[in-house]
Amino acid sequence: MARTDTSDPNYYHRVVDCQWACPAHTDVPEYIRLIAQGRYDDAYMLNRESNVFPGILGRVCDRPCEPACRRGRVDDKPVAICRLKRVAADLRDDIRDRLPLVPKQKNGKRVALIGAGCASLTVANDLAPLGYELTMFEQHAAPGGLMRTNIPAFRLPGDVLNEEIDYILDMGVDLRLGTRIESLGALLEEGYDAVFIGTGAPRGKDLDIPGRHDSDRIHIGIDWLESVAFGHLDAIGERVLIIGVGNTAMDCCRTALRLGGKDVKVMARRGRKFFKASEWELEDAEEERVEIVENHSPIAFELADGKLVGMRFARLEYYEDASGKQRSRTIDEVVIPCDDVILAIGQDNAFPFIERDIGLEFGEWDMPVVDRVTFQSTRPGVFFGGDAAFGPENIIWAVAHGHQAAISIHKHCQGESITERLPPTLNLGSRKMGIHEWSYSNDFDPKHRQVVPHVDLGERFRQLSIEVELGFDANLAAAEVERCLNCDIQTVFADDLCIECDACVDICPVDCLMIAADGEENVLRERLKVPARNLSQPLFVSGPLKQTGRVMLKDENICVHCGLCAERCPTAAWDMQKSYVGIPKATDEADRTGEWKKLRKAG
Amino acid sequence: MSFIRKPLILHADLPRNGVGLTLRDYEGGMSTLCAGCGHDSVSSAIVQACWELDIEPHRVVKMSGIGCSSKTPAYFLRGAHGMNSVHGRMPAVATGAMGANRRLYCIGVSGDGDSLSIGFGQFAHAVRRNLDMLYLIENNGVYGLTKGQFSASADVGSKAKRGEVNRLRPIDPVLTAITLGGTFVARSFSGDKAQLVPLIQAGLRHRGFALIDIISPCVTFNDHEGSTKSYAYTRKSSREAVHADFVPAAEEITVDYPAGDARMVTMHDGSHIVLRKTADDYDPTDRLAAMEHVESRHAAGEIATGLLYLEESEDDQDMHGTAGTVEEPLVELPFESLNPGAAALAEYQRRLR
Repeated sequence: MARTDTSDPNYYHRVVDCQWACPAHTDVPEYIRLIAQGRYDDAYMLNRESNVFPGILGRVCDRPCEPACRRGRVDDKPVAICRLKRVAADLRDDIRDRLPLVPKQKNGKRVALIGAGCASLTVANDLAPLGYELTMFEQHAAPGGLMRTNIPAFRLPGDVLNEEIDYILDMGVDLRLGTRIESLGALLEEGYDAVFIGTGAPRGKDLDIPGRHDSDRIHIGIDWLESVAFGHLDAIGERVLIIGVGNTAMDCCRTALRLGGKDVKVMARRGRKFFKASEWELEDAEEERVEIVENHSPIAFELADGKLVGMRFARLEYYEDASGKQRSRTIDEVVIPCDDVILAIGQDNAFPFIERDIGLEFGEWDMPVVDRVTFQSTRPGVFFGGDAAFGPENIIWAVAHGHQAAISIHKHCQGESITERLPPTLNLGSRKMGIHEWSYSNDFDPKHRQVVPHVDLGERFRQLSIEVELGFDANLAAAEVERCLNCDIQTVFADDLCIECDACVDICPVDCLMIAADGEENVLRERLKVPARNLSQPLFVSGPLKQTGRVMLKDENICVHCGLCAERCPTAAWDMQKSYVGIPKATDEADRTGEWKKLRKAG
Repeated sequence: MSFIRKPLILHADLPRNGVGLTLRDYEGGMSTLCAGCGHDSVSSAIVQACWELDIEPHRVVKMSGIGCSSKTPAYFLRGAHGMNSVHGRMPAVATGAMGANRRLYCIGVSGDGDSLSIGFGQFAHAVRRNLDMLYLIENNGVYGLTKGQFSASADVGSKAKRGEVNRLRPIDPVLTAITLGGTFVARSFSGDKAQLVPLIQAGLRHRGFALIDIISPCVTFNDHEGSTKSYAYTRKSSREAVHADFVPAAEEITVDYPAGDARMVTMHDGSHIVLRKTADDYDPTDRLAAMEHVESRHAAGEIATGLLYLEESEDDQDMHGTAGTVEEPLVELPFESLNPGAAALAEYQRRLR
C-alpha cells in the first residue's frame, strides 16, 4: 500500500489521542511535562491558549481526553489529565501580566455577544486583544452561564469561576448584567458589525405525566440548580427522587443532600451501562450514598390531599426480541414515597428572542441553521456557538466553538471570506539530546492512577460551598505526571536510512513494530507480532525499504513512546520528535495583515 | 547499546503459549551490545523459537564462552540456567552439563572468534562427539570487542573498516562441521527470522549436535561497503538452498505443499521438518552434494543458507548413546546409586588392577 502520508498534520495529531479527542485540541502532554517540571504558570498559560478556563475545566470538564488516553489501553486507567489541569491552575502564581494585551485604541468594529457563558466569553477572549469593542448581554445578575447556574459550588467554587471570568471581562468587555435580549431584530438595528449568540440550552425537559401540575414540589433540574446557585432556594424535603441519570441528575442529587435531603434516589429507566452520566460523577454520587435505582420508568405522580407523597413507576425488564432489538416489558408497578421530585431528563434549546422573519433560517427541531465550520447562521454577521449552536454539549465544546466563531467574526468584520481559513499546522522537532539522552521522561512508569483526595463525608455536607475534591498536591501530581506516555513525542521514520537490522522490532516492549512484505492494509495489520486489530488507531506503513523492498509497519495503538526503537536504531532511521499542533485562532488570522499589532503599539 | 531497560508492559492482546507464558517471559536482561547488532536479533529469534515450542525457560541451559556473542545468553531466557565459561571452552562445559542432565535443552552461543580461533579444537570435538546441543555461531567476521580485527571467518578480499584487505583463507564452520560428521548443519542470517526461527526450533529438537552458522553483522566494525558480512552484502548474496519449516509432533501439518516440492523428515521425537526446495534442486541429506553446493556458492560469491545438511536417525548416535549416559538427571538419582560407597569403590579399583 502507499506510504503513510505523515506530512498531513492530522496524522501525528491523531497519535496524540488526548489532544485529538479534545474539542479545543489542548496540548495535553506538553502541559503535563511543564507540570512535571514544576512550571505551573507555563502549564496554565499553555492550557489557557486552547481551553481558556483551566481552573474551571480542571474541575468540571467532561474530559473527552481521558477515555481516549493511550494509557487506558496499556494500563487499567487513563492519566488523570483533567485533575492535572487543575494542578496547573491551583499551584500557579499570579499570571495576569501574561494575559494578552488589549489595545486602548479600538479597531472601530462593534460586536454584540448574547449570553455571558463559556462560548461568549471565549469569543471575547479572542477578539478583545484584536481591538474589538465587545458588548456582552446577560439575563442573570452574574456572568458565567451554566458554569454558574448549573454546576454546584461544591464542584466548582465561586472564586475559581470569578477569577477566570474576570481575566476576560477585564480585557474591557462591556458587560450588561440583568439585561435580557427580547428581540434579536431590535438588537441588529443597533448597528453592530457582528452578533454572537451563546445562549446555551436553557430549557429543561418536562415530564408530562399525571399529577405533574398538581404540586409545587416537582422541579425542573436546571431551573432548580439555578435557584440554588443564586440563593433563592436553600431547603428541600428529606425524601427526594431525581428522574434521569445524566450529569445534571448527579449535580441535583448531590445538591439535594446538602439542602436537607436524607433519602435521595436517582431513578433510571434503563440499566447502568446506558447511563448518560460520566463514570466519575456516578462514583462521586454513590460515594455520598445516593441510591441509583435501575429499570424504573415513571408513570405518575402520587398526590394525597393536594400534597406530593410519592411517584409511581413501572419496573421494567429488558430482553432482546427475535431481531436482536432491545425491548422492555413491565414486571409490576411500584410507588416510591417522596417529598420532592427533580426532573433531570435533558435540556432543549429555546430562542424566543429570535424573530423568524429576519433572514435567519431555522431547521429541524426548531434549531437555527448553523454552519459547522464557520458557526455562521444563514444571516451573514450572526453567529452561534456553545449549546445554542447544535444543542447541549459541554463546556469544552463551547470553548472550541467560541474560538472558531471568533475567527469568523474577525474575518467577517474585516471583509474577508469566512470560509477561507488558515489550515491546522504541525511542526516536528527532535528530542535527541545526545547519546542515550532524550529530552523527555521516556522511561515507562508502571504506577497506577493516583486518587484525588476528597473532603470527609461528614465534613462536606456542612455547607453547600465546601469543595469536595481537594485536588492533587504537588507530590501526588509529580507521581501522576509520570504516567503520561508523551504521545506527542512522535516516532518519526526515515525510510532511506533503515538497514533492516530488526533492532527496533526486537526491542519494542509492546510489539508494535514489524518489517514485513508489502500488502493491503488489512493484510499488513495481521503481519505484526500482535495483530493490529484496533481499527480506530492508524497503522504506519513506510515506503519500500532499500535492501529488501519490504516495509516498516507500526501499529500506533499501544506504542508507549519509550523511544527504545530510536535508541536502538544504528542509523537514526527512527527518531523521537515532538509534534506541535497548530490550531489557528483569531490572532493568527489577524497576523496575516498585522493591523492589530499597530493598534497595540499605538497604546 | 541502550541505557534504557525494556519496560515490562504486558500488551493486553499478547498471546500466551501452551505453558501459559508470553514472549515477554522468554526475554532477558538489557542488552549492552551496539544498537543494531545482529546478535540482538538472534537473541530475539531464540526467544520466539522457545516460546513457540512451549519450552519452559527453566528447562534450558544456555552456555557461552567469551566475546560479543557470548554475552548474549544474558539477554534471553532470564529463567534459564547458564554458564559463561572460559574463551573457547564452552563445548567442554556444555558436555559436562549435558552429561549431568540430558533432559535439558542446551543452547550454546559462540562467535567466530570463540569457535574458529581459540576454541576451534573444542568446537571440532563437540561436533565429532555429537553432543546433544544447539550450537549457534554468531558470525560477523571481526573481533568486535577488540575493535574490529579480521577473524578467522573473514573472506579473502573482504575489507576492514579502515580499508585493509583480508588475505587469509577463511574457515567455514559449515564445511568444517559436515566434514567432522555433524548431523545438523545450517546457515542463516540474523536479519531473516522467517528462516532462522524454524531452524532454531528444528535444531533444539534434533538429537545430536545441531550447528547453525548465523551471519550476524557487526554494525560498528563490519557493516560498510567492501565487507562480505554486512547487512547489505548478506541480503544481496544469500541463497537459500532449502527452506526448513519445523512442525512440532503434536501439530498437524496444515500447510499444503505442492507435490514433489516438499519433503518431510520425521525427527526422533515425532516432530517433523518440512524441507521446501527453493530454486536449486538440492538434497540436504546428501553429504557430498552439500559440501559441493556450499563450495560452489562460495566460489560464485554467494552465501548458501538454509538447512544444508541433515542426518536424522533413530539410532543413539549422539553422545548420550555412544557414552551410555544415564537417562535420569544425576540430581534425580538416589544417593546410593550416585555414591555406592567405599566398599564398591574398592571393589571397582581391584578389578582394574
